[in-house]
Amino acid sequence: MSLDKNGIAKRIAQELKDGYYVNLGIGIPTLVANYVPENIEVVLQSENGLLGIGPFPKKGEADPDLINAGKQTVTTIPGSSFFDSSLSFAMIRGGHVDLTVLGAFEVTDKGDISSWKIPGKMVKGMGGAMDLVAAAKNIIVATTHTDRNGEPKLKTKCDLPLTGINCVKTIVTDLAVIEVTDKGFKLLERAPGVSVEEIVEKTGAPLIVEGDIPEMKL
Amino acid sequence: MNKVVKNANEAIKGMQDGQTFMLGGFGLSGIPENTIKALVESGLNDLTCISNNAGVDDFGLGLLLKKHQIKKMISSYVGENKEFERQLLSGELEVDLIPQGTLAERLRAGGAGIPAFYVPAGYGTEVGEGKESREFNGKMHLLEFALTADFAVVKAWKGDTMGNLIYRETANNFNQAMATAGKITIAEVEILVPAGELNPNEIHTPGIYVQRIFQGVNYEKRIEFETVTE
Repeated sequence: MSLDKNGIAKRIAQELKDGYYVNLGIGIPTLVANYVPENIEVVLQSENGLLGIGPFPKKGEADPDLINAGKQTVTTIPGSSFFDSSLSFAMIRGGHVDLTVLGAFEVTDKGDISSWKIPGKMVKGMGGAMDLVAAAKNIIVATTHTDRNGEPKLKTKCDLPLTGINCVKTIVTDLAVIEVTDKGFKLLERAPGVSVEEIVEKTGAPLIVEGDIPEMKL
Repeated sequence: MNKVVKNANEAIKGMQDGQTFMLGGFGLSGIPENTIKALVESGLNDLTCISNNAGVDDFGLGLLLKKHQIKKMISSYVGENKEFERQLLSGELEVDLIPQGTLAERLRAGGAGIPAFYVPAGYGTEVGEGKESREFNGKMHLLEFALTADFAVVKAWKGDTMGNLIYRETANNFNQAMATAGKITIAEVEILVPAGELNPNEIHTPGIYVQRIFQGVNYEKRIEFETVTE
């Protein structure tokens, strides 16, 4: 069975390592914060100027001066710090953030990603996504394997305007964990009960399948 | 050195049609509410506005967009502002969308006298079209230029009569860089105190960058997405 949003977030959380500074994008990536393993410590970076994002505030305690990059009210944790936007992106650009998790419209087998604009129809703007993908040491994309119409989101070429090129390292979808290698997409894991055939069929680019592909452990 | 002006109307004195201004804030957090209101009432037109976002339809910068006072926006995120998106897609509004970190650094560079610099963001995308590129350490970068404006309008938590500013939490965001990049920088603050009352260790923006300061009134501080735990 394919994973829901929380399942994707749960699987991505397994990629976190103790001591990581992590930037989580809007949407599914934000949910990753709910599944950080208990035995490790990670610090979440919010590009609007916060290191150490805490949980959502209690009812009645929301502070309009304290939001995350998705403009949601948040709190701090012991050891949090605030800073301005230029310093925030200096730490991103400078390679100090260990991992970035973001959503995507499309990802290619070269690691290109599109995520910010559908010409003529919708323009969200790139926000900090271009800065993050161009600079982060490790980028995981969280997405559904296909779009609303069942078309593959993992392809050989992005049809929509690019956010960055040659940058995505890993993709976690509702069906699979896929690595972007020099030779293209490589299937690492499949969602529980999902067949390799189904994943191959729903991927719009060649998929390297070597040996038995294990199921994700959630 | 006293930089205090009475209110937002006095603070925007001298601003003219067709000028460029920058406006601090991220979403609705840390926006100069009083000055936005004064700008809407001023009826100034053909403005170019540098701001990360454009508020929401009925608050913040959205109010200026609605009245078509803005000719061009330089931003990184349209997000949930339907009127902004509509004007952009219909071509009514000229929009220069740039990566958020590049925007922040262009402002910082503008205030720091650095005319241009290289960053990797946007290389290989439409952001890089027509831009000079160069390889450093095996990675491609784009040449980006500094941004300044006729007026920078920022919002701080506390300020003093000499223009020293302290921001609060994530309401700092673009305000600190913008404060350095205006030919005239207007600061509106929630709490205005006499020089000497702020702790010099805690000042984010030294007064040298600020030309006009006033204590704002009736802050609404609207929250865009109030998320809470039960």
